[in-house]
Amino acid sequence: MATATMTPQPSPPRISAKNRKRINIVLLTTLTAVILAIFLMPLAYGVMTSLKTEAQISSIGAPWYPASPVVYEYEGREYDVYEVPVDGNTYEWALVNKGREASEFIDPADPSAGLIPWEGRWRTLEQAWQFDPVWQNFVDAWNTINFPLLLRNTVFYAVVSTIGAVSSAALVAYGFARYDFPHKSVLFLVVMATIILPPMVTLVPTYTFFNRIGWVGSWWPLIVPQFFANGYNIFLLRQFFLGIPRALDEAAMIDGAGHFRIFWSIILPQARPALLAVTLFHFFFAWNDFFGPLIYLAGNPDLYPITVGLNGFQGLYEGQDNLIQAASLTASIIPLIVFFFAQRAFIQGVVITGVEK
Amino acid sequence: MATITSDATSQVSEPKKHKRGRIERDQIKWGLFFISPWIIGIIVFYLIPFVASFGFSLFRFNLANPDATEFIGLENWQRALFEDPNTYQSFGVTFLFAFISLPIGLGFAILLALLMNTKAVRGKALFRTMFFMPTMIPLVAAVLIWTGVLNEQTGWFNLLLENIFGIQATGPSGIRWLANPNLIYLTLTFIGLWAVGNTMMITLAGLQSIPTEMYEAAEIDGAGWTRQLISITIPMLSPVLFYNLVLGTIGLMQYFLVPFVLNGGSGFPDGRTNFVGIYFFNQAFRFFNMGYGAVIAWLIFIVSLVLTIVLFGSARYWVYYAGEE
Repeated sequence: MATATMTPQPSPPRISAKNRKRINIVLLTTLTAVILAIFLMPLAYGVMTSLKTEAQISSIGAPWYPASPVVYEYEGREYDVYEVPVDGNTYEWALVNKGREASEFIDPADPSAGLIPWEGRWRTLEQAWQFDPVWQNFVDAWNTINFPLLLRNTVFYAVVSTIGAVSSAALVAYGFARYDFPHKSVLFLVVMATIILPPMVTLVPTYTFFNRIGWVGSWWPLIVPQFFANGYNIFLLRQFFLGIPRALDEAAMIDGAGHFRIFWSIILPQARPALLAVTLFHFFFAWNDFFGPLIYLAGNPDLYPITVGLNGFQGLYEGQDNLIQAASLTASIIPLIVFFFAQRAFIQGVVITGVEK
Repeated sequence: MATITSDATSQVSEPKKHKRGRIERDQIKWGLFFISPWIIGIIVFYLIPFVASFGFSLFRFNLANPDATEFIGLENWQRALFEDPNTYQSFGVTFLFAFISLPIGLGFAILLALLMNTKAVRGKALFRTMFFMPTMIPLVAAVLIWTGVLNEQTGWFNLLLENIFGIQATGPSGIRWLANPNLIYLTLTFIGLWAVGNTMMITLAGLQSIPTEMYEAAEIDGAGWTRQLISITIPMLSPVLFYNLVLGTIGLMQYFLVPFVLNGGSGFPDGRTNFVGIYFFNQAFRFFNMGYGAVIAWLIFIVSLVLTIVLFGSARYWVYYAGEE
């Protein structure tokens, strides 16, 4: 950014250095833009496809944007409009009488001129298309996957598990950051170990147990464990709590504040960025969670979150890519909106988490 | 990781010797109180299931038919290690995929971070947001979008290759991104690139923490861009790369969602997507072979542990921590 305000230099070699800088800016910015275009191309495909008809997707020569073939009504019947080349010009004419080597057209702009004979094979002509988005796809996708129900389930799971995960992790992180107890460093190593422990290694007995007590098919196995603090969140919050000056706690202690009061009025307000980051991360972890709901909610579609519902939807509507894309985009809209509004917090959060290597 | 153990000593309260007994007891009491949710959680949801998981591995136990449960000793282990070709195959394809996707994924994140850190790129705030954006799309939706765009006949990837670059991409002899066993890892890697946001931002933060004086000094010494990249940027970035490498490796040992949404865990094409996470799921939650599933889970655990130890062991040869010598 600093280069933008560079003062003009009179001597010739300086100008060439400045030009080189300019060329660099153009080249590298273009490169970044090209990478970005390729990177986001699938998203553009999704948006375009979600607004197409099924017929357009499979029709060869159809435009890349959502469109429908142009038709013209003539004497009570509809005829397809083609791009007809005549003497170097191209006209959009409706094909009325099809013939192998010669056909008759009508000019929609001047129907009173009557049928126009044309020599040539109409099959070689290209159809005329007009921009025509099918918003109905979103309505259909919304209704078929019962999006309101999926959304309600997802929000419920995300909110409740986030409350559990953040509150318990904050308490535990406070304990690790501010108190001394026997074997503290060993216990903290165990916290770290749980982060890299593959969840599968505890899953079989846990699932069997939840199945035995009748919790499989309900939210309980997904939500209850969240209230017992997860290692990653503890680690993050503790790192942040350690950075809060102890003088603040001590001053409050002298004023007679108790242990909870210090936690609530000193530590938590100071740690707002870290708490926000952990909240956002856990919320979207739960929002996107697939494996947990897949195994624990199996056979109970009334409780499915968006992820599991969406996966079931693709199996039912294989081949109808317009509906699949519409459903996928519908499922993405809320996280994307939240992201655009809370970008700063997200990106800051990633950095807070990443700096603690 | 260096900070984990260093705080234990710094927090012991030295002054007020006469009150030490009471304060110490208070510290223990309240400390244990605050961490009690975790203590309960670690026992109930980690320790007991962890041990029980090994216990389960000694039984023939099918959840669909629990009455037929019987103790079979190490038979499940023997089957996994010596008889079942799918076990080795699933670890093999997981490693193979890791060798392809980790370097490409990390390389792409570094490339983006470098671009986001250059003065020569304009509009960086916008670029950063846009590169981060797909990270927010739920992975299930992302996989479905990619499935569409990589469709052999109607996807834009092949249509662009054919119409712009003149490569025969569609049609019967076209590029089958999802069905060609030799391309599937590349396809999965592409899908994975959409989650580059976090790694990009962490790497960018790493780049920004490199002191500019280093580059200034290098410039004076006449070092060019490539030389600076190799001699300053990469070594200074190595802790961040290490962190990403560890997380990426552990993540791949649990890789499940993308292949599952793509093909329902069938391993298509040619068993190439029968990753360990998928194989575990199929054994434990499709066939309900809980005993055998527990063995697979333990093998995943052991391999993850070994890989982590190897990575940490290798760190001292290539990871540079400033201030440590």
